[in-house]
Amino acid sequence: MKVVLENLTKIFPSRDKKSGQEVIAVNDFTFEIPDGQLVGLLGPSGCGKSTTLYMISGLQKPSSGKIYFGEDDVTELSTENRGIGLVFQNYALYPHMTVKQNIMFPLQNLKGKDKLTKDEMLERTENAARLVQIDELLERKPSELSGGQQQRVAIARALVKMPRVLLLDEPLSNLDARLRLQTREEIRRIQKETGITTIFVTHDQEEAMSISDIIVVMKLGVVQQIGEPQSVYDDPKNLFVAKFLGTPPINVLEGKVENGKVYIGDDDVLDVAGVEDQDVYIGIRPEGLEPSDDGRLNCTINNIEVMGRDASVVASNSASLNPVVRAIINSDVRIDTTKQTIKFNVKPHKFFLFNKETEERVYFEVN
Amino acid sequence: MVESRHQWKAWLYLSPAIILLLIFTVWPIFNTLRMAFLDGYGNMAAIGGRTFEFGIDNFVKVIDYKDFLLCLKNTAILCVATVPISTILALLIAVALNSIKPLQKTLQTIFFLPYVTNSIAIGMVFAAMFNIVGLRDGGTNAQTWGIINNAIEFFGGEPINWINAGSTYTANIFVMIVYIVWNALPFKILILLGGLQSINKQYYDAAKVDGTRKFRVLTRITVPLLSPMLAYVIITGFIGGFKEYSSIIGIFGDKMSAPGGESLNTMVGFVYDALARDRQGRACAAALILFVIILIVTLINNKFIKKHVHY
Repeated sequence: MKVVLENLTKIFPSRDKKSGQEVIAVNDFTFEIPDGQLVGLLGPSGCGKSTTLYMISGLQKPSSGKIYFGEDDVTELSTENRGIGLVFQNYALYPHMTVKQNIMFPLQNLKGKDKLTKDEMLERTENAARLVQIDELLERKPSELSGGQQQRVAIARALVKMPRVLLLDEPLSNLDARLRLQTREEIRRIQKETGITTIFVTHDQEEAMSISDIIVVMKLGVVQQIGEPQSVYDDPKNLFVAKFLGTPPINVLEGKVENGKVYIGDDDVLDVAGVEDQDVYIGIRPEGLEPSDDGRLNCTINNIEVMGRDASVVASNSASLNPVVRAIINSDVRIDTTKQTIKFNVKPHKFFLFNKETEERVYFEVN
Repeated sequence: MVESRHQWKAWLYLSPAIILLLIFTVWPIFNTLRMAFLDGYGNMAAIGGRTFEFGIDNFVKVIDYKDFLLCLKNTAILCVATVPISTILALLIAVALNSIKPLQKTLQTIFFLPYVTNSIAIGMVFAAMFNIVGLRDGGTNAQTWGIINNAIEFFGGEPINWINAGSTYTANIFVMIVYIVWNALPFKILILLGGLQSINKQYYDAAKVDGTRKFRVLTRITVPLLSPMLAYVIITGFIGGFKEYSSIIGIFGDKMSAPGGESLNTMVGFVYDALARDRQGRACAAALILFVIILIVTLINNKFIKKHVHY
């Protein structure tokens, strides 16, 4: 089932009556989610990603705009008639019911021609439990389960009535680091097995990048960029997207373009063409900095952090907006730490220019 | 733990509370026990220098007493009828109050008013409301004066003699039940509303996503999640019900019955009567019997709660 959002907007009235300032939580969001994809809504808190999810679920009404499931306009449809499954951030499992009763609960609500017999309900409950691998735990109460197990029960409950769209609100935020890795694989697997169009919300870019078919980066209610995770990472449209994606984060430095050269401080680090002279922010991915004796960017070495597979050179440069300039290099490369300075060459495809006023990307050709 | 050489300080700091508790709680309890088991104990007689045998004569007398069984019956009827009715009504009102946004604070105040109003005063208002079928101005036409009978007449019913001379025991008890239920509502509503407001809203969102009908949300989600509070109001409701006394005075006066009607006296009333007649031994025995009954009912409640309450 594809999901289409058309000029979706949500405005919350002001809490403070005096100032009368409205809050635009989601601003003119238009996007078509293809059938059977796993989509991650990504952004810092307050960016409108959860509001978007709740509007798709029907628990919140959009101020304007339309939502379509396939060809059906569901904008005015109430939550229970939309055929969605929703997994809440805190799972919202009914604490007084066993796992089995929790999963079966949505089925018992079905009425009319959808009504199921007891055996059918039991079978579907067991299938859902097997899918998320909790079929051993059916008689337990939620309080007797670990966080990861509760998460699976919540997913099973959302899936049991075979929703057209599965929505997950910060599905991994309540899990510890190891479980998070495991569960995100699990979500990926379940989504692939069922083929249900799935939309999830997260503030963790790594989580979104690792499992999504498509990510949507949002900021202050406005969609910044939509695309496959790798292409958004490789080709950010503006400084915000560049900064938000990637660990360790992108190095941002102040600089300028003059006569076809990009300057950071006094160093001309790259020859470019097709760019007017202007002040810019320069974004360089940590893997885009190569230590080299004939490098054109001079930095002061602070220290080397060894991580086994690779190492990270921590340096400083007066033009840097981040506290440090970080370069990730192969751990085989030896760095002479007795010297104070280190020279880097930049890889042009890991090197982005942004207009200093608009923070929009400035495209260039490598000369 | 306090070091042993400083322990006297701890006792010193505790002493005001301990002394007060000993005088006003521990000694009266002990004394109640003592007097209950002294045959035919009475304060005046004790002052007069009489001594009393140790025995269970007081209990035998109390149970033999016809009035006692009547009081027990009245108390039991009032308890069994009012606790479920008031709990269910309070639950429905609390759920309704919780689900409306405009005027919520005003309505909460209105529903809470009976709690801060004197029960004798409420009783008098109720007595007026349920007043009389009788003859007015020496005329020959039967007139109803109370608002309840006015309402019954307005809808074409026959007025009922609720509480006046010649009224039936059933009518009397009915009025008492209405009164006690109404009087018990505010406290229960307050507790249940507090409980409702602490339930995570996400359960209701989840129920909505699952397409749960309203009644099912109430029975399958709200009531179980509210069960600790429900248990609390039921237990305190029974305890309060067994101690019912002043409400009856409020409506029927200190005779505790409609003129010429059967007595509506309760257990607590029985104890007070015995005290007034200088039968402290019997009063203590009756109080102990009441205590045992409340204990048993509470234990049964607890057993039920363990099975059905989800903390």
